[in-house]
Amino acid sequence: MKILVLVKQTFDTEEKIRLQDGQVQEDGVRFVINPYDEYAIEEAIRIKEAGDAEVVVVSVGPSRSEEALRTALAMGADEAILADDSELFGDEYSAAKVLAAIARKDQYDLIIAGNQAVDDGSGQVAVRLAEELGIPHISTLTKLEVNGNEVIGHRDAEGDEEIVKATLPVLVTAQQGLNDPRYPSLIGIRKAGKKPLTHVTLADLGLTAEEIARKSEVVETFLPQPKTAGKILSGDLSQQVSELVTALHSVEKVIG
Amino acid sequence: MDFQLPEDLILMRETVRDFVRHEVEPYAMQIEEEDKVPDSILEKTKRMGLFGLSIPEEYGGMGLSMLGECAVFEELGATINGFTTIIGAHNGIGSVGIVEFGNEQQKQRYLPRMASGEWLGAFALTEPQAGSNAAAIRTRAVKKGDRYVINGQKIYITNAPYAQVFTVMAVTDPEKGAKGITSFIVERSFPGFQVGSVEKKMGLHGSHTAQIYFEDMEVPEENVLGHEGEGYINALKILANGRAGLAARCLGSCQYLLDRSVAYAHERHQFGKPIFEQQIIQHYLADMATQIETLRWMTYRVAWMADQGQNVVKEAAMLKLYGSEVYNRVADLAVQIHGGIGYIAEYPIERFYRDARITRIYEGTSEIQKNIIASELHKAYQKQND
Ligand SMILES: Cc1cc2nc3c(=O)[nH]c(=O)nc-3n(C[C@H](O)[C@H](O)[C@H](O)COP(=O)(O)OP(=O)(O)OC[C@H]3O[C@@H](n4cnc5c(N)ncnc54)[C@H](O)[C@@H]3O)c2cc1C
Repeated sequence: MKILVLVKQTFDTEEKIRLQDGQVQEDGVRFVINPYDEYAIEEAIRIKEAGDAEVVVVSVGPSRSEEALRTALAMGADEAILADDSELFGDEYSAAKVLAAIARKDQYDLIIAGNQAVDDGSGQVAVRLAEELGIPHISTLTKLEVNGNEVIGHRDAEGDEEIVKATLPVLVTAQQGLNDPRYPSLIGIRKAGKKPLTHVTLADLGLTAEEIARKSEVVETFLPQPKTAGKILSGDLSQQVSELVTALHSVEKVIG
Repeated sequence: MDFQLPEDLILMRETVRDFVRHEVEPYAMQIEEEDKVPDSILEKTKRMGLFGLSIPEEYGGMGLSMLGECAVFEELGATINGFTTIIGAHNGIGSVGIVEFGNEQQKQRYLPRMASGEWLGAFALTEPQAGSNAAAIRTRAVKKGDRYVINGQKIYITNAPYAQVFTVMAVTDPEKGAKGITSFIVERSFPGFQVGSVEKKMGLHGSHTAQIYFEDMEVPEENVLGHEGEGYINALKILANGRAGLAARCLGSCQYLLDRSVAYAHERHQFGKPIFEQQIIQHYLADMATQIETLRWMTYRVAWMADQGQNVVKEAAMLKLYGSEVYNRVADLAVQIHGGIGYIAEYPIERFYRDARITRIYEGTSEIQKNIIASELHKAYQKQND
């Protein structure tokens, strides 16, 4: 079985976001593997350890993402592909197109991704990729079972559990808690340096800039308003209710 | 001059940093109170390969250079020192003897299981009447046929309550003084081997130190480590080898204390402003930072020299002396900057203050390090004037 894992390098969740001229500042920032993707990598490695599978990790992103891929290799992935040609960068639509071109170059039985990336939080890329490839997908898994050709995914359904069956090839995305991702062992880190990591460009993938051109545009980037102190209503109940309704209508403008 | 660590070492140190921060540090208070590192943490530590740092790759370890070991130990120093000591004693004095002086058969038997952490290592030199003067040990090994019969007592042996493999120094020829000492590999399961009660200590909780006794303990002759009569020299070499790693652990603890102190100085307000705005607090922090930076480059330089195969007896003694003294000064200032809360056990600063104290005593006291440095200076002088 051949497994493809989608990996994005994101800000460490402990980092503060700083903006300058509408751009998120990256200097001095620590980058990590998107936490949801860590579950995806771990799941793939567990499948490999339980049976016989080859795990390829892929990332679309700047060259610094190589570090995330090396970490995935150190955890136990076999091979990495990095699409770090800036001509390949766009929006979620572009990323899915690029990943589809990469996925088509080989025969993957299973594609695992994080449910979303903690930076943009769009949750679109993996699902778009499944659409591009014309394969089924099961999202936000809390448990995954693979028996031969059959895949059973468990997902949270508002406190209940939904169990979804599919046959390979399939794409799944990982929810928090799918597993407990391992730390790479030191020997794994050493071996990772010798595992293959291929860089691919627009030309390598036989794509054109038009085909993958972004469909969306970022109009503005801004930080959320700092929280101000809340207001505690007092007085008798009916007075509090009418004060609250007025506030929702005219002060906070939550209700039009 | 290249002050950059190789790429794989950078990734290793970052992984260890993450591991320490997320998997060990949150349990530091628990470890302190229960005086025990949870098995689950030790299991994860073993899986990462942190018990095989100094053991060569062909025996299942990492075979890290001294530079690499120091980079890892610096990160391991940034949490409760008891945890760090279990790993430090195992990788350092507990296994270096077999790595350096063991024969092929001994390496095959012990190192793979030590590298995986299945078997922990310990080093047994100190006795009631022989501390700094280690050549005064009395534990006696008498040859009988193809085995040695050992009788005696060792004290303050770190990891003794759970170690499987002990590097033991014993007297084989009382006539010859230091040259009559031999080192042995002793397994916990040898009949006649006994571990005494665990000492209560000022700090290093989670790490355990105990007495061990040998009562007509039989050790097969193939367990002689190195050659008969070379045990004292082996012990000195093992201790010297561990000095850079110990300093790196001090360095990690110092950096932890500095980071916390800088943060606290900014957060704590008195007299209407952060205490950081008091010049004396700034100077305390500047003094801490400067000494830590000095220690950092001294540590990596000595490690680098050792990796080049240079003789570092003098430099390693300087480093161990400086590292432990700086750690104690930094811990003292950290308590001062934190004021009352620095003395309260609910906060980690007082723990480091207590843990720091042992570094000036074990693996050769500060005074003994100065003796070594002076004796090296003397030797160099004599050589020049011969
Ligand atoms: C927590 C802990 C863990 C330990 N772990 C181990 C272990 O794993 N294995 C092991 O073998 N040992 C271990 N030790 C023992 C440790 O190495 C000794 O305690 C240390 O070497 C000092 O010996 P001592 O306690 O007998 O002090 P002493 O040698 O009695 O020294 C007392 C004082 O006299 C000074 N002094 C002594 N001789 C001289 C001299 N010639 N010149 C100047 N000053 C001198 C010393 O520096 C010190 O200040 C451990 C000790 C502790 C407390």
